[in-house]
Amino acid sequence: MSQLVTYALPGIPYGCVFALMAVGLVLTYKASGVFNLAFGAQAYLSAMVFYVAVHAGWPKWAAFVVAVVVLGPLVGLVLDRLLFRFTRTAPPLVRLVPALGLLIAIPSITQMIFGIEPKLGPPAVFLNPNMIYFRFAGFPVDGNEIATTVATVVVVGGLALLFRSSGLGLRMRAVVESPRMTELAGIDADRVGAFAWILSSFFAGLAGVLLAPLYAQLSASNFTDLLVAAIAAAAIGGFSSLSLTLAGGIGLGLAQEILSGYLPSGTILSSGLRPALPFIVLAVLLVVVPRFRLGGEVSDPLAACDPPAPSLDPPPRIAVVSRGARIFAIAVAGALVGSALSWVSGNWLFTITQGLVFAVIFLSITLLTGMSGQISLCQATFAGVGAFAAGQLASHFGMSVLGGMVIGGLLASAVGILVAYPARRLGGIALGLVTLAFALLMDNVIFPYSWAGNGASGLVVPRPRLGPISFGGGGAFFWLALFVLGVAGGAVWLIRSGTTGQELAAMRGSEVAAATIGIDVRRLRVVAFALSAAIAGVGGALYGSLQQTVSPNDFAYELSLVFVVVVATVGVRTVSGAIEAGLAFTVLQQIITSLPTRYGSLLAVVFGLAALSYVRHPEGVVAYGKRVVLDMAEKLVVALERGGSSHGSATGSGRDDGTATGTMEPDLAVGP
Amino acid sequence: MSVIEPATVQAPTLLEARGISKHFGGIVALTEISLGVSQGEAMALVGPNGAGKTTLFNCLLGLLRPDTGSVLFRGERIDRLPTFRRGRLGIGRTFQRLELFTGMTPRQHMLVTERVHRGDGRLWKDLLGMGRPRPEERAKVAEVLDLVGLADVADVPVEALSLGHGRLVELGRALSGEPCVLMLDEPSSGLDDAETRLLVDVLNRVRSERGTAIVLVEHDLAMVAKVVDRLVVLDLGRLIADGPVEQTLAEPAVRSAYLGLS
Repeated sequence: MSQLVTYALPGIPYGCVFALMAVGLVLTYKASGVFNLAFGAQAYLSAMVFYVAVHAGWPKWAAFVVAVVVLGPLVGLVLDRLLFRFTRTAPPLVRLVPALGLLIAIPSITQMIFGIEPKLGPPAVFLNPNMIYFRFAGFPVDGNEIATTVATVVVVGGLALLFRSSGLGLRMRAVVESPRMTELAGIDADRVGAFAWILSSFFAGLAGVLLAPLYAQLSASNFTDLLVAAIAAAAIGGFSSLSLTLAGGIGLGLAQEILSGYLPSGTILSSGLRPALPFIVLAVLLVVVPRFRLGGEVSDPLAACDPPAPSLDPPPRIAVVSRGARIFAIAVAGALVGSALSWVSGNWLFTITQGLVFAVIFLSITLLTGMSGQISLCQATFAGVGAFAAGQLASHFGMSVLGGMVIGGLLASAVGILVAYPARRLGGIALGLVTLAFALLMDNVIFPYSWAGNGASGLVVPRPRLGPISFGGGGAFFWLALFVLGVAGGAVWLIRSGTTGQELAAMRGSEVAAATIGIDVRRLRVVAFALSAAIAGVGGALYGSLQQTVSPNDFAYELSLVFVVVVATVGVRTVSGAIEAGLAFTVLQQIITSLPTRYGSLLAVVFGLAALSYVRHPEGVVAYGKRVVLDMAEKLVVALERGGSSHGSATGSGRDDGTATGTMEPDLAVGP
Repeated sequence: MSVIEPATVQAPTLLEARGISKHFGGIVALTEISLGVSQGEAMALVGPNGAGKTTLFNCLLGLLRPDTGSVLFRGERIDRLPTFRRGRLGIGRTFQRLELFTGMTPRQHMLVTERVHRGDGRLWKDLLGMGRPRPEERAKVAEVLDLVGLADVADVPVEALSLGHGRLVELGRALSGEPCVLMLDEPSSGLDDAETRLLVDVLNRVRSERGTAIVLVEHDLAMVAKVVDRLVVLDLGRLIADGPVEQTLAEPAVRSAYLGLS
């Protein structure tokens, strides 16, 4: 018993910080329907500013005021005003992608401003963290434990008072249900939403500053783990009850420390299970307890007041334009291939090859998220399974990587089924969270083993041979990558235009209606994961063979988040979007490596901030750009035909898909 | 499309509810509802808002699990079947709050329903390039689009359509599955006069040509009278009347509960 308490006591600060963060999460979820994954990054930002100010010689109270009381809420207010107030009733993916983008971008921006050198020994806000102030029933209590407990009690108590005295909680719920109806009832929905963001961002900043001294060094990844634990705590509260959330956060903090106390130290289990524990709890809760399923995604009863959302699929084009676009695309692709093999230096050839390999992995997101509407945050994990399988098969059985690629894809597919089957009833953000939990578990507990990813030392994945042909050289591997991309892209395109693609699109549109017309939605969800994971696995094996060594670091769970952001930003709906995303990802990275090291994470900033555009352009910015260009081309062609010919008719060219004729503009066909 | 003779004297009961009750927390939505619809029959389910009409639909389709009672299809219990299996049995439905496949056009709505109904789509066929719509499928879909008057907007994404057009897409989608029971949840709300006349026309045609049973939840009694010959009245989850339209409307309980007359 006394040992249990000894283990549990250090869990108090963690528990309090988890709870604070979780309360913030629940507040914004209630008030704006957004699951703000960026809180982890906001906590990091506040902690960093506090650190820098204190090291610059500011008094601690002044640093605290600037970092937590001013900056924290200010960031929240800006995010709400500029971004999240527009997404209250948007589909889950539209609410998730900008938050993911911020989670990726904010730490990188912070590092660019304050430098990348390690920030050692983060200061505590008050009390000396290492001093024992008193003994509680014989157990020593240190400054951290007191400080976090006091801060949490004060802040949460204040919040409870506020809610009880002002009816704010009720108004927040109303705003999520329908901002317009709330306004009709005389409540300023915008103000309620903004207030929730200010309040919860303050909580996040406070949590960040309190968490920092628990670690030897200020690093962004600790704050991502904090976020993960906070989500689990929020799930314990059913994403609505603040008191249960509070209890859940503290309970998780204690459980984590107790668990790591009892597990044999120095093993992968003890080092890996501790950070993964909150998410195991979360995954189990989401899968097992129906009430926790974040179900009933809100849809505004007055949504019809809005102008119709833009269609995500490109409108049918006049034949001349679509043919022209196709020729242009083929020409660009040809020029790329030609130049890659002739005048481009080896370095850039490698980059372009890498782009093709990432395009294969990104196709898995096109299929799962773009075509099927399922949010997965573990695609890098699937890729890792493929890469490690290929590496293990090559080193233990001398199998060619080409065979390893196939088996890696199949194994990844099996893993995909393993994740999706228990989560087959889940949709929306809940599914995303379960997959994130899975990624974290694999990352911390499975991949470090020597039979899997072999920890930090990693695995060798040789370049393949096929009979007399060796793919060892850069040029040959380029062709291999192009071939694999062609096969994967072709498969996705065929699925999209066939029965399965139609059913997936129906599932994306409305799961209830899809079931009503006879589609087995749960089975289809598992199928989508199996297919997507297979593609990711093949891509991962190809990536391994390109790099020739891989370690779990190459497939860390954070990377899955980056992948989703990159693909969603560039274009998640089409095969070409995945290819463009792959090339953009690696080419930009290559350009950035020539910049000073401080800007090493500029890529994260670029894509993270670009993801904010997802709210306005859910088809992706590149896809949107293409549409604008094609719209102009179409107008030009129509104008030319109308002006230039007396015998030809502008309508004669017909639709691209051959299903209808006439130049009916979708705009004209909109009903009253 | 096979033409079935108008309902014979002893048409078999297709879909049947037996003693269905459902409550949400303290609210009783349905109490001991027993109700059947036979082949070729057209029936309207009316009652004030909150009477339990949509809940009954959801129980019959398996979107909700009733607390007690059972659902039968052609005399066999289907309580344990998930929604999609009931859909494949030939129960089609539309939704009061539109459930369209966002991002798809009306034509694609019909195509996917057609394909699922025929049930010969396979992943391997897709991968061999055999999954694209075939000419006879296109023809069938065009026929349905014509029937529900959506040919003009067949290739416009549904987000850009009016509420009335959206309802017609739902109707067309349900019809594409060639259902033997068609359940429509307030199909005429949001429709203009011309569209309502079209709706009445379509329903009468489907019923006489295919022998489809129709269950209609509707507030527009004038429209109801043109389609159905049987009227069932629910009030606060109880079935308070069931019979021919005129006769049912004349019952005192119905007049007080629904029409607000005493």
